Amino acid sequence: MSEVVISSHDDHHDHGPAKGISRWLFTTNHKDIGTLYLWFSFAMFLIGGVMALIIRTELFQPGLQFVQPEFFNQMTTNHGLIMVFGAIMPAFVGLANWLIPMQIGAPDMALPRMNNLSFWILPFAFSMMISTLFMEGGGPNFGWTFYAPLSTTYAPDSVTFFIFAVHLMGASSIMGSINVIATILNMRAPGMTLMKMPLFVWTWLITAYLLLAVMPVLAGAVTMMLFDIHFGTSFFSAAGGGDPVMFQHIFWFFGHPEVYIMILPAFGIVSAIIPTFARKPLFGYDSMVYAVASIAFLSFIVWAHHMFTVGMPLAGQLFFMYSTMLIAVPTGVKVFNWVATMWRGSMTFETPMLFAIAFVVLFTMGGFSGLMLSITPVDYQYHDTYFVVAHFHYVLVPGALFSIIAAVYYWLPKWCGNMYNETLGKIHFWLSFIGVNVTFFPQHFSGLAGMPRRIPDYALQFTDFNMISSVGAYIFGFSQLLFMYIVIEAIRANRPATSKVWDGAYGLEWTLPSPAPYHSFTHPPKVDDAVPAHS
Amino acid sequence: MKQSVASSGASGAHSVAASLGLFGIGALLTGNAWADNYNMTQGVTEISQRVYDLHMLIFWICVVIGVGVFGMIFLSIYLHRKSRGAEAAQFHENTKVEIAWTVLPTLILVGMAVPATNVLTEMYDTGGEDMTIEVRGYQWKWQYKYLDDDFNQTFSFFSNMATSRDSIEGRSEKDDTYLLDVDKPLKIPTNRKVRFLVTAEDVIHAFWVPDFGIKRDAIPGIINDLWTVVPEPGVYRGQCTELCGKDHGFMPIVVEAVPEAEFDSWYGEQLAAATARKAALSKTFSEAELMAEGEQVYTTFCSSCHQPNGQGVPPVFPSLVGSDIVKGTKEGHIEIILNGVAGSAMQAFGKQLDAAQIAAVTHYERNSWGNAMADITQPADVVAVMESKAE
Amino acid sequence: MSVRQTWAAIGTVPKLCLLVVGMFGFAFALVPIYNLLCEVTGLGGRTGGPYTYEAASIPVDESREIKINFITNTNGGMAWEFRPEQGGVRVHPGELTTVNFIVRNPTRRVMVGQAVPSVAPMRASNHFHKTECFCFEQQVLRPGEEIAMPMRFVVGRELPATVKSIALSYTLFDVTDSVAQSVIDAALADSAPAMRPDNSLLQPEEAGNSAG
Repeated sequence: MSEVVISSHDDHHDHGPAKGISRWLFTTNHKDIGTLYLWFSFAMFLIGGVMALIIRTELFQPGLQFVQPEFFNQMTTNHGLIMVFGAIMPAFVGLANWLIPMQIGAPDMALPRMNNLSFWILPFAFSMMISTLFMEGGGPNFGWTFYAPLSTTYAPDSVTFFIFAVHLMGASSIMGSINVIATILNMRAPGMTLMKMPLFVWTWLITAYLLLAVMPVLAGAVTMMLFDIHFGTSFFSAAGGGDPVMFQHIFWFFGHPEVYIMILPAFGIVSAIIPTFARKPLFGYDSMVYAVASIAFLSFIVWAHHMFTVGMPLAGQLFFMYSTMLIAVPTGVKVFNWVATMWRGSMTFETPMLFAIAFVVLFTMGGFSGLMLSITPVDYQYHDTYFVVAHFHYVLVPGALFSIIAAVYYWLPKWCGNMYNETLGKIHFWLSFIGVNVTFFPQHFSGLAGMPRRIPDYALQFTDFNMISSVGAYIFGFSQLLFMYIVIEAIRANRPATSKVWDGAYGLEWTLPSPAPYHSFTHPPKVDDAVPAHS
Repeated sequence: MKQSVASSGASGAHSVAASLGLFGIGALLTGNAWADNYNMTQGVTEISQRVYDLHMLIFWICVVIGVGVFGMIFLSIYLHRKSRGAEAAQFHENTKVEIAWTVLPTLILVGMAVPATNVLTEMYDTGGEDMTIEVRGYQWKWQYKYLDDDFNQTFSFFSNMATSRDSIEGRSEKDDTYLLDVDKPLKIPTNRKVRFLVTAEDVIHAFWVPDFGIKRDAIPGIINDLWTVVPEPGVYRGQCTELCGKDHGFMPIVVEAVPEAEFDSWYGEQLAAATARKAALSKTFSEAELMAEGEQVYTTFCSSCHQPNGQGVPPVFPSLVGSDIVKGTKEGHIEIILNGVAGSAMQAFGKQLDAAQIAAVTHYERNSWGNAMADITQPADVVAVMESKAE
Repeated sequence: MSVRQTWAAIGTVPKLCLLVVGMFGFAFALVPIYNLLCEVTGLGGRTGGPYTYEAASIPVDESREIKINFITNTNGGMAWEFRPEQGGVRVHPGELTTVNFIVRNPTRRVMVGQAVPSVAPMRASNHFHKTECFCFEQQVLRPGEEIAMPMRFVVGRELPATVKSIALSYTLFDVTDSVAQSVIDAALADSAPAMRPDNSLLQPEEAGNSAG
């Protein structure tokens, strides 16, 4: 990596970035907006992380020491909402903004002004939501799943602000998705056929369709809540002919695709990183695409597996059990493909690869616990215990989050033109890897031993595992400050990266200089027919 | 008697063992009592045992697949690294392999689905019960209503957590049943098929007894049925498992299974007591009777917040000594006890205590710790307030 | 970007917006779909609307006896007293049975109540047919008024053999605030005078079970 390519955007015939704050406020540039999304999601990640640490501090030992149950419930609720809607989802949108135009050979996103709007909605949405914590009666305290009637008849007054915040987040996601689809369908360079697109683009295309399909359903659900609370309707109140269980059906009709929204782009990222560092083409590209598509399809017919205990007819339980188990097949195909990609490669283990391998291993563990949870009669024992908490944190933290971190390390040299500090990167990886496992692995045990989730205090037999878990949470939480340091240090350092950056990297983005010019491909690149873009 | 709650886990040696056990899956699977702390309980019923077996079956299948997949990853990390001089192969597809790893997992899944379907079908067999109990969740306690063969509701009672505020906030020792103890457990006979009709008063709760392998949501307006046959006498503990607001973590479920004869005599006593209570509602009590009953009610329901000496813990739990409410009319006083105070820690006791108990505790509060009101509160006064409420 | 691409991209937007609007509508369409599903499958333990009973078409199946429990509850904040006249009955499938539920408004104001039925086990719920039920409409009760509300039902012969007992639960909700005053007045004008006059209010022997 001795070749140094100096950024050439100065002599570019298009305009460069504006100066000062207006560059960020009014920007329509996909890279600027991507940067805004990424920093915003990192800020939300820290806020949600502080909430997680408050939760883990209270749970360090039995008894109530630091916070009262009312506040504890607000912390669990906001931690969930912020991490899902504020950290993971915007981070993926940020990556999509940065990468999709570069990977398909486009100059920018298709709808740049809407792009600006979809980002700038988010700070308002989250300020509104977080401000509820300081309102009289407190913020949302009914869990991120906000089941009625706890979130309607029995909710604090601030629920109205929560509803508007969710509407805004939904609007932002919908606009972002429209933009992604419009870009991918229309802006590809000549020769970039659908089946030549990098998997990150493919997974985002499918994710964007999922978002368009389910975010409006979430909007519908919170609108019904709003009407129940303020306008005397009774969608979810049995008294007026409604049904609280219907809320759960509508919520999970959104909620299950939502969890795939948070993991499909991760599949795309890992499918880019592993071939690079194994110096070997991705195994089974076509089956990867089909697997993602079938996971997306299945996500619409499994929602009630979150509700096995509400009481359903036997046939319903069996249907949702079988369809849920079926998801293991395409998911397994993906894991096997990644392993086959590594097999007989020539691997090196830079930080992005470490995070990607940890993703494959730990996400698979989350998949195993997911398979166990799909078995209805056994799920009765797991349901709403820490076993579930362990399961979804395994797929979301070393799953979605690790993939985002891996992506940042992988593409950062392309973004800022400098290499990050590899030694610090590896330290960050090992601290995160240890922290995540120490935090979440013991939660399998406390769940199996019978500890319900969302409780501020617990019986004595759960003490050991909770203590370990809290220690792990601190290790994991504080090691993310190191991540922030590494990224800022790399941006300000002078360690110029080559345009290819990584030995085994392949794809259009690596044909651009590092840092990438302000407008990606003003002239469409030629996609070579002989070599598939994804290999 | 089998105690399903394992002994306190706070000892030092235990902690070390726990941390070692973390990565020692082998230790996890030893069938001894302390494995209950690491693994799903086998429970005491036939269903819970079958659920446990199913859980272990799927666990082992996952372990085997995991060993294979992770083994391949680690092997290739070891063998196929550049630093060992590995040259990258360039293969990137193999249809036969891909078909194999689609079909094989599907077959394994079918193998899991068969026993799972069988167990689930058996769980749904609710017919032929020997007795029925309605289980009703409240914020934040459980109510159990016993129904007899002639279909009448015979008696009911509330089951509140018995762990004291002091213990939760660290002012006194936490015992083995910390957060898992109630003032009055649900009592059921062994070897009889008991049907539970699960529902709720306000928000959604969930009724879970791990040792029976049963869990069902308690939803306002809807009843769900569940059943169990408990072969062994014992005390079995569980908790509410659906977030239901502030004190979600503080509404345990305790079920005491007793031999049939013992259950029948207890049932008879409860029935007689319920009949006596009904008669008490129209009775006029002497002051001494009211004070005695009132003290008992106060100790059970009020003293954890308002303290045995009536001083409370201001400002959250106000003092009752010389308070405006106590010095006001008895109707106002009764009203507070009946309906609680919205937005405060004072809950409504109207459904939990009957008119005689409320009369007694009102009288007790108005005439204790230096309070000395001239009036006497009788059940009829309470009934009058109940009827005039919601005007 | 080329002009062609820009226009193509803008052309994609309306289709996607249509999908978004459609899915928002679908969320609301889920309400009737869910209700339909409940009625067809018995999901949620709900019972259907009024059933037309033709004695001839459903001969009584004397060989089976089904035990039926009636469970009554008032929801939080509902002051009415509500109980079945008898806690349950044993019936043969196909046999038309009438039972009464007693409801009393012990308060000093006119109130409106709505009873919500639920059946357990759920697989019995679409075999539990009601030809007449107070739960089909709201009840308006004057202060102190007590009425007996009839419910006539028949258990279908096709009830699965594994169902030997059924629990029918009614939860009574206070819906006074959501009903227009004019509707209440009309109901009061229509209905027969109260079975019990207002002066029964303070007779303690009548009031016993509200606490239990």
